[in-house]
Amino acid sequence: MSAQSNTSWNRRSILRAAAGLAVAAPLAACGSNNGRGGGSGSGKQLVQYFHAYGEAGVEQAVKRYAKAYTKANVSTQWITGSNFENKLFPALLTKQAPDVFEFHPQIQLIKSGQVADLTDIIDPVKDDFNPADIKSHTVDGKIYGVRMIDDPQFFFYRKSMLEKANVAVPTTLDELIEAAAKLTTSKVKGLFLGNDLTAIQNNLIWSAGADTLDEKNQIAYHTDGVIEGLTKLRKLFTSGNLLLDAPADFWDPSALNQGLCAIQWGGMWGMPATQAALGDDFGVFPFPKIGSSGKQSVYNGGWSMFVNAKGDNVEAAKEYVKWLWIDQKQYQEDFATSYGFHIPPRASIAAQATKLKSGAAADGVKLFNTYGHFDNIGWTQAMITAFNDVIANTVRKNGDPKSALDTCDTKVNRELKKLFG
Amino acid sequence: MSTTTARDLTSPAPAKASQARPRRGLRGNATLNFWLFTGPFLIGLVIFVFVPIGWSLWLSFFDARFTVTPSNFIGFDNYKTVLSDPNFTGSLVTFTVFAAFIVPTTWALSLGLALLVHRLTFMRAFFRSVFFLPTACSYVAASLIWKMSIFNGVRFGLANTVLGWFGVDQVAWLADPSPPWYWLVIVTLRLWLQAGFYMILFLAALQNIPSELYEAAAIDGAKPGWQTFRYITLPQLRATSTAVILLLLVAAYQAFDEFFNLMGKATWGQPPLVILYKTAIGVNQDYGQGSAGAVILTLLICIVTLFQGKIMGFGRGEESK
Repeated sequence: MSAQSNTSWNRRSILRAAAGLAVAAPLAACGSNNGRGGGSGSGKQLVQYFHAYGEAGVEQAVKRYAKAYTKANVSTQWITGSNFENKLFPALLTKQAPDVFEFHPQIQLIKSGQVADLTDIIDPVKDDFNPADIKSHTVDGKIYGVRMIDDPQFFFYRKSMLEKANVAVPTTLDELIEAAAKLTTSKVKGLFLGNDLTAIQNNLIWSAGADTLDEKNQIAYHTDGVIEGLTKLRKLFTSGNLLLDAPADFWDPSALNQGLCAIQWGGMWGMPATQAALGDDFGVFPFPKIGSSGKQSVYNGGWSMFVNAKGDNVEAAKEYVKWLWIDQKQYQEDFATSYGFHIPPRASIAAQATKLKSGAAADGVKLFNTYGHFDNIGWTQAMITAFNDVIANTVRKNGDPKSALDTCDTKVNRELKKLFG
Repeated sequence: MSTTTARDLTSPAPAKASQARPRRGLRGNATLNFWLFTGPFLIGLVIFVFVPIGWSLWLSFFDARFTVTPSNFIGFDNYKTVLSDPNFTGSLVTFTVFAAFIVPTTWALSLGLALLVHRLTFMRAFFRSVFFLPTACSYVAASLIWKMSIFNGVRFGLANTVLGWFGVDQVAWLADPSPPWYWLVIVTLRLWLQAGFYMILFLAALQNIPSELYEAAAIDGAKPGWQTFRYITLPQLRATSTAVILLLLVAAYQAFDEFFNLMGKATWGQPPLVILYKTAIGVNQDYGQGSAGAVILTLLICIVTLFQGKIMGFGRGEESK
């Protein structure tokens, strides 16, 4: 009897356990993988999001800095692929949101309360930062991000190819189009502007003498100069002298380094790789001017560190950001100059960055200081996407620039109304 | 002893007594069993399907940018915005064209492959595997191979290399919408990934056709080849064909991965799911507009599905035909 009873109990137990597991497993699967490492150290657990930098060693460096921090366990999510934003933004709405993340200054992050005010940690060293970087992160007198690196973007060109084709460095868009034609051979295309051409869209606006938004946060890109630029880019697009559908996009210097093109739009971060591939056989120049009222331009991109204001560890995250991106100058210099080349946003660090003081790097810094345009915090991702469509519909699809800009105006105005009333 | 024997004879058999007891526990409680085995899945269904659908419907009437718990009710504004967006309305046309082309093409190719490997007498397993293996490849990985290796725009891309042998200049397969070579890239990718799976379905159906039918047809004078295929094979595959077409239509509705990975920031060749993804989950983070688009798309899918059911009689009983 007792034996029978035991058997029955065991069978029920097994079934109950199985049923319990069946219930628990899907619920448990709802989300424990939040990227937080099961670190054995004491203190808070912090998660930081980084997009994948193409240069070798950056990921290891970021993880090394995090490991050196003793007041919290900081784990890094290194997000590969080209859709960092698509992973970051949805994550910010969840409990699995990172405590610390890199991005560009965007006012909607502030308006929606997603990033914390970092004024108190920046204020003591504010004067050491590039004033344009401080301005681009400031809303209503509060500073919402710490600039980590400035990334000027300009054209890279093969000196020998231009000399051979007897082409001077272009200073106008017409000269650039002409140069692309002269430099194109059966094996080499004259010019590479990135695979979807959106990389140069801000420069198209600035070089035509316009701006994305004006001081009052109203549309400033819809000008005759920009329409002229779009029309000329369409001519270039159909000329057969533009490299299209390259295996790697503009952020990778391999199109120029592998001899696929003579001139490539790129960022200063790619300079060490280009130096390694081409030696001194390359130079840099800004985006040429468009029309009579235009002027040359350089886009000063870059990345900044933000703290998730809705996270559970805001103070601990701010402390970590202060430690790494304000106090640890040796890490900041290492991050800016040991892998790809970036300009440190801190004047004191930039002054001692010897790698940026000679050759093409020094030329890049000079272009940055002379022609640079910084991020406008009011020019949001939705507006950028709306102008992406202008490039797609006019330059690549032969649509009417005026009507494409009208459509863009509608979208941008809707966005402006939501942000500024 | 005898007493014991007498008592044994008069008392009911233990087994019978056990049967008379009410059944308890797992074997006896049908309701408990039902909830035990369906409950977890029902909970999952409610949490992960019904709640999001309801929430999406609710969000579509709010200004929900960078939040999924909005408070600003805006009525049908999101619907108006989505329906006035040429990218979204254009994507509905794109999808219709794509589905109208890819469904019959995949059907024909997979049936052709099935007929081919069905008749093979040597290396049959090898060829079946070769055609089926692409099914195991992820859409993202395949898209990147197509984009970066086969159909890139440089001279050493596979397609451009082959064209170069014939003196044709390199083609920008994905960057330039005119001529629309990007459709070639998308369609070949989808065919490569999908045809093998549907081939297996057709192969199974072909093996189920009784050989007596072909023998009888031969006796009646039917010529092997097209005549046999037209009047015996094809009618025998009717049920499988209907299922394949339904699955292909669903797959076409769900087209996302290859378009997202191949087309990037193009405004053409974008199915509605990609547009909605970019609106809601992507950089714009507009969950209100994204939800409104999702509701519109769901309604359209319902209409098309009902229409298809009407045409093909899917799910109708034999007696009602």
